[in-house]
Amino acid sequence: MTASHRFRILVAKPGLDGHDRGAKIVARALRDAGMEVIYTGIRQTPESIVSAALQEDVHAIGLSILSGAHNQLFLRIMELLKKEGLKDRLLVFAGGIIPKEDTPELTKMGIAVVFGPGTPTKVIVEYLKQALKEKFQEG
Amino acid sequence: MLNIKKLDEIKKRKKEWENNTLNPLLEKYPERLTEFVTTSSSQVNRLYTPLNLGGSDYLTDIGFPGEFPYTRGVQPTMYRGRLWTMRQYAGYGTAEETNNRFKLLLEQGQTGLSVAFDLPTQIGYDSDHPLALGEVGKVGVAIDTLKDMETLFDGIPLDKVSTSMTINAPASVLLTMYIAVAEKQGISQNKLAGTIQNDILKEYSARGTYIFPPRPSMRLITDVFEYCSKWNQMPRWNTISISGYHMREAGCTAIQEVAFTLANAIAYVEAALKKGIELDTFARRLSFFWCAHNDFFEEIAKFRAARRLWARIMKERFNAKNPRSWQMRFHTQTAGQSLTAQQPENNIVRVAIQALTAACGGTQSLHTNSMDEALALPSEKAAQIALKTQQIIAHESGVALTIDPLAGSYYVETMTDEIERRAMEYIEKIDEIGGAVVAVERGFIQKEIHESAYRYQKEIEYKKRIIVGVNEFIIGEQPDIEILRVDPEVEKVQLARLVRIKKERDNLKVQETLKQIEKISNSDENLMPAIVDAVKAYATLGEICDVLRDVFGEYIAPDVF
Repeated sequence: MTASHRFRILVAKPGLDGHDRGAKIVARALRDAGMEVIYTGIRQTPESIVSAALQEDVHAIGLSILSGAHNQLFLRIMELLKKEGLKDRLLVFAGGIIPKEDTPELTKMGIAVVFGPGTPTKVIVEYLKQALKEKFQEG
Repeated sequence: MLNIKKLDEIKKRKKEWENNTLNPLLEKYPERLTEFVTTSSSQVNRLYTPLNLGGSDYLTDIGFPGEFPYTRGVQPTMYRGRLWTMRQYAGYGTAEETNNRFKLLLEQGQTGLSVAFDLPTQIGYDSDHPLALGEVGKVGVAIDTLKDMETLFDGIPLDKVSTSMTINAPASVLLTMYIAVAEKQGISQNKLAGTIQNDILKEYSARGTYIFPPRPSMRLITDVFEYCSKWNQMPRWNTISISGYHMREAGCTAIQEVAFTLANAIAYVEAALKKGIELDTFARRLSFFWCAHNDFFEEIAKFRAARRLWARIMKERFNAKNPRSWQMRFHTQTAGQSLTAQQPENNIVRVAIQALTAACGGTQSLHTNSMDEALALPSEKAAQIALKTQQIIAHESGVALTIDPLAGSYYVETMTDEIERRAMEYIEKIDEIGGAVVAVERGFIQKEIHESAYRYQKEIEYKKRIIVGVNEFIIGEQPDIEILRVDPEVEKVQLARLVRIKKERDNLKVQETLKQIEKISNSDENLMPAIVDAVKAYATLGEICDVLRDVFGEYIAPDVF
């Protein structure tokens, strides 16, 4: 993969919470790791996130939420991605304050991985590099 | 402070100590780090002595409690007179559930209420708004109309408690609902004590629950000042809680927290003066809100520095005459961001240390976080431990026995001076930009906060900073702790209630009051009376905010990362 053909990541904040310290740190760490990052800003609807993903032609979407509305909002996002035919064409990962017991349900929806509080950014970077390589270069 | 001769003697002896005692040891056993820094990345010396305080004067810089410059506290007796108010921020689900939690907290000896509203309420959406999906009752209680507010305070006499409300963009709507509930309890508004956060500038730079652009938002805020203070409708009400807390949580340093908060405060004072409200009538009802983080001495110094700097700004920059205008009264909350999802019980200890800093720093009220807040909303048990932590500090630790117990510590006094000086440098920079409103509009403050947050994260990842259980002293699989989950039925219950109210109320009257709000918002008149009328007619929060959205427009954030 050449520099002009970098992985493109959409970092998105669905829901109404304004806590984007984590989302911005992850966005910056991915950018520092050589990926192209688009950050949506806070308070995005599922519709606006999916439409941004479509327009920006991204390889992955990172969803960050701290308000507890993840189950409903992530489900809606995954449904819309499916409708647009994007669900299997890109990777969705998530982070924020998400109880561990919710992970199986989110995985079933198609969210590849949920990163909890305290996850080092390099763990996220390494995961994405590996997962995106597998999905887009070896598949 | 000491005479020159004595200082020279100390200087000489310090040199001797370094040569004879310290250096031989350092050669054999170097210190464990090459650099010692605080949580906010300020350099810390090996040792502080009277030499560090050479330039400061006890009477002008430290003084006595209850007197300018208030370094030692705003009241002459501090906690010997009355302990700080133990005020736990609480709210989730429906108004009934939160009402029950309030009553429980009051039974357990809490002395003030603090309402957490859900995000749709904070952003001026009713529970049936499409953007409210999944958010109803999640991070606080859902309030759509006065009816919900009546339920929220049912059985709680509002002249007997003081209530703090974390509400910003639609602050005037929630304040008028509170007034209306009191009226129904037979209590007139001039008896009400409490605080409304009403601090929009930090919403743009950190917290995110803005609705309107900065300028009309500033008008709404100063309308509250005018209504409560100038018209003297609510003389015991704190009309704003100018908050550093959320900027600190978003990642800024202690120095930046002081600087950005006071820069915001200056902007509010200037806006109120411009509106023609006399300084000493509103300044006494300005209150502040700080974060208490892990670094024990730095935080104590921060509280002292902020208090002194504000006194100087009010007296020297604005020429306030009434001593009460010089006094910074503040609420403190422990640092939510410092809590870890790993080994959550450890958070009890972090909270205790942070709460101690607030008590040593002279806070007027305090919220202690619950140990499970990196995982979910506080469970009942966790919230109870958090409150008990304050009670132990107040009654068992001894810190409440004397005033400003760390005054005179060479370290704390030096750091107090340094935080004040460096915060002032920032304020001057913001003045040059054109004040806090312009600094926010240009994304200056947002960028500064993000830079500090990113650096802090990197320091953790490179282990320049140790966080127990996160990047060191890690233990494997951890037992699950019980967490609070908001019942998904809450949304349905709330929606049904909203439908019912809209059917039962006098809809003509509602339309009339909303038209009045529209009319006034297009003028320079104070909006509060019109909002009071709408609220009493059971207009919804969303309906009122929609009228204002149409007139004022909505804020679009610049993206900074």
